[in-house]
Amino acid sequence: MAIATIDRAPTAVPTELARGRGGGGPASKRIVVAYGFWIFILGDMVMFSALFAAFAVLRGNTAGGPTGAELFNLRNVFIETMCLLLSSYTCGLGALSAERRHPGRFLMFAAVTFVLGAAFLVIEATEFAGMVAKGAGPSRSAFLSAFFTLVGTHGVHVAGGLIALIYLAAQVIAKGLQAAVLRRLLCWSLFWHALDIVWVGVFTLVYLMGAP
Amino acid sequence: MLGKLSWDAIPFNEPLPLLSGAVVGIVILAILVTVTVKGWWPYLWREWLTSVDHKRIGVMYITLGLIMLLRGFSDAIMMRTQQAIAVGDAQGYLPPEHYDQVFSAHGTIMIFFVAMPLVIGLMNFAVPLQLGVRDVAFPTLNSVSLWLTATGALLVNMSLVIGVFSRASWWGYPPLSGLAYSPDVGVDYYLWSLQISGIGTLLTGINFVTTILKLRAPGMTYFRMPVFCWTALAANLLIVAAFPVLTATFVMLLLDRYLDMHFFTNDLGGNQMMYANLFWAWGHPEVYILVLPAFGVFSEVAATFSGKGLFSYRSMVWATLGICILSFMVWLHHFFTMGAGADVNAVFGIMSSIIAVPTGVKVFNWLFTMFRGRIVFKTPALWLVGFMVTFVIGGLTGVLLAVPPVDFVLHNSAFLVAHFHNVIIGGVVFGALAGITYWFPKAFGFTLDERWGQAAFWCWLIGFWLAFTPLYALGLMGMTRRLQHIADPSWQPLLLVAEVGAVVIFAGILCQIAQLYVSIRTREHRLDLTGDPWNGRTLEWSTSSPPPAYNFAMLPKVETIDAFWHMKRTGRAPVEPVYEPIEIPRNSPAGFITAFFAVVMGFSLIWHIWWLAILGFLTAATVVLIAGWNIDREHEISAAEVAQMERAR
Repeated sequence: MAIATIDRAPTAVPTELARGRGGGGPASKRIVVAYGFWIFILGDMVMFSALFAAFAVLRGNTAGGPTGAELFNLRNVFIETMCLLLSSYTCGLGALSAERRHPGRFLMFAAVTFVLGAAFLVIEATEFAGMVAKGAGPSRSAFLSAFFTLVGTHGVHVAGGLIALIYLAAQVIAKGLQAAVLRRLLCWSLFWHALDIVWVGVFTLVYLMGAP
Repeated sequence: MLGKLSWDAIPFNEPLPLLSGAVVGIVILAILVTVTVKGWWPYLWREWLTSVDHKRIGVMYITLGLIMLLRGFSDAIMMRTQQAIAVGDAQGYLPPEHYDQVFSAHGTIMIFFVAMPLVIGLMNFAVPLQLGVRDVAFPTLNSVSLWLTATGALLVNMSLVIGVFSRASWWGYPPLSGLAYSPDVGVDYYLWSLQISGIGTLLTGINFVTTILKLRAPGMTYFRMPVFCWTALAANLLIVAAFPVLTATFVMLLLDRYLDMHFFTNDLGGNQMMYANLFWAWGHPEVYILVLPAFGVFSEVAATFSGKGLFSYRSMVWATLGICILSFMVWLHHFFTMGAGADVNAVFGIMSSIIAVPTGVKVFNWLFTMFRGRIVFKTPALWLVGFMVTFVIGGLTGVLLAVPPVDFVLHNSAFLVAHFHNVIIGGVVFGALAGITYWFPKAFGFTLDERWGQAAFWCWLIGFWLAFTPLYALGLMGMTRRLQHIADPSWQPLLLVAEVGAVVIFAGILCQIAQLYVSIRTREHRLDLTGDPWNGRTLEWSTSSPPPAYNFAMLPKVETIDAFWHMKRTGRAPVEPVYEPIEIPRNSPAGFITAFFAVVMGFSLIWHIWWLAILGFLTAATVVLIAGWNIDREHEISAAEVAQMERAR
């Protein structure tokens, strides 16, 4: 819905295009950009899947060190998860505002999204710091190496997303909600939602299945 | 301040790397001086280094690949010579410490900086032209990809004179590649150069999947795409699905080495076999990333030089896609001896053998395309025939190795070395050389010299068989790979034959250099004025040679497969063209500058110069952000200018 109104579809769709055989000529810029970004997300997911696989292989290899059950605090992780899921909701509201050409409202939702994302990162950093302080840093065991790498890579993605959000908000302020900026915002919200999906996997596989 | 870097890093006591480094340095200096004296810098910068035109980028990729081929080949002939003379009491001229670096560098360079740039270069040049469009989906990103690949190549070559390269072979298995057994910078050179160039390759994959699926001329439905585009699609899907696995694997090994983690270490729960699994989950698809586009080239060459359409186009497409899927289900055959058990080995053995089926379909399709065709034996057609014979034999030895009990005997032997050179040289290299000869006139407007080209072909073909048939025999006789010293003197005669083969291949390379020189000198006599020197079938031959920046003044309307052939056959009266203004992407220095700082970052990470690494990363990121700020990236060629350029054809 959000997509259809940004670039209106051509009025007459060639029959071959309608049949899905792809004879309709080059696609519009918005389709091309969003499609390319989907493929990028696909690649990113493949990278995460390798990290998930490594975690699954190494989760039992605690080498006499602490296990997940001894380290995880599910209450904190739940708050963390809620922050990220809520930020996805506000990100969606921001996308709708952008699509309706309300830069002010978009910037407000972007700010909320940023705060929620930053809160997520602060909780995660606190968790990491606490573990390292307890002597359960990434070099303690293969399990902890895999844990810190998987969760940390997700965290780095969130941090990158926040920097990109500031950058795009600056573009909205400087250039307004023109077509090129809207395309970038669309890509950004795809990215942000994808990070949510990864987090659902992390929450389930790492924390819930590793909890006492 | 400078991390681990000190004067000890320069191998003053080893004359060989120092000498070769000096020669390379002098050549580079000579080129730089020539360019400066002749005042070519503005031209180079404007037309090439900052170009985002897919044709220029393709040419630069291929140039990179060919230059690196010289480096990789000199490693090869050094190893051949060492094995031929270091027999019995003789120790040869390469100490183990150096020999190990040579074989590691040979494999790394040949796969990542020769085969990949050649294949990606051909796709860059030909795919948008074949699809009848004006550029790839993301032209600036394309330039970033190119320069990141060049960054990786540069870092590998810097290890020649500053420090050492990896001694852990081209796949870097831990624990040998871990910090405990490789404490020097060699493995770090390997890891960072491949990490940086790998990002470039992933971006290429994204770019080409999007281009092929979303940007095609009107009427070009999926089943009207040239087979080369199909193979490019399959290869790029594999890039997107496989390269991130390599990135993740290398991240883990880097974390082991830099932050004392334990993914692959011997102690504290590390698991080395996970590295083998992850590496080959990328590594086997990689083989098909390389060879599928070569199959595509040969499909175009077979049809064009037989004067008839490709036999069974659809089965060719399905075979391509079948190989694309199957290539992800066979990785374990690279380590049958790991001990996964008979059941697992049987499954992977059977899957590996099954790949021969779609490949066989392809070979028969090429044969039937030639059958009763009007075959013109120009150089590309010779490469095709040489490829079919060579590749089928290489494929058959592969089916042999896919049988686990046979593999238990032959794994890690010279037989295996012969097998994969048989498919990679016979498939990928022959394919790339055929493709270069085939599309050269399109890129530069004149054909390559036939006589030198054919001489090069025969040298390569004969040289290949002389060099690698002995290795099959030696493998069966029990010779393992990567031997710096040969204990059994009865192997020496065959090793000498292999050495002769390498020299004959070298003669082939010299013929190619001569071919290039002669062709450029005599280009006035070999101009391609029609844009269609081979009586081609696909759209790239419908535009001028070399094509204008916008490729096609008007996007062609496609009605069949072999669209251009159909247009020529039906001989439609040329309609009075109605030119419209064309938007083409502006040049951008972003790729080149980003890559420059990526070199700084990679080099300082290798040498633990942390402040410079952070500075390099931040600068590269800032360049990307500055480039991304700019929204207006196209400039328009007015209709009048287009009309003028088209009339000048």
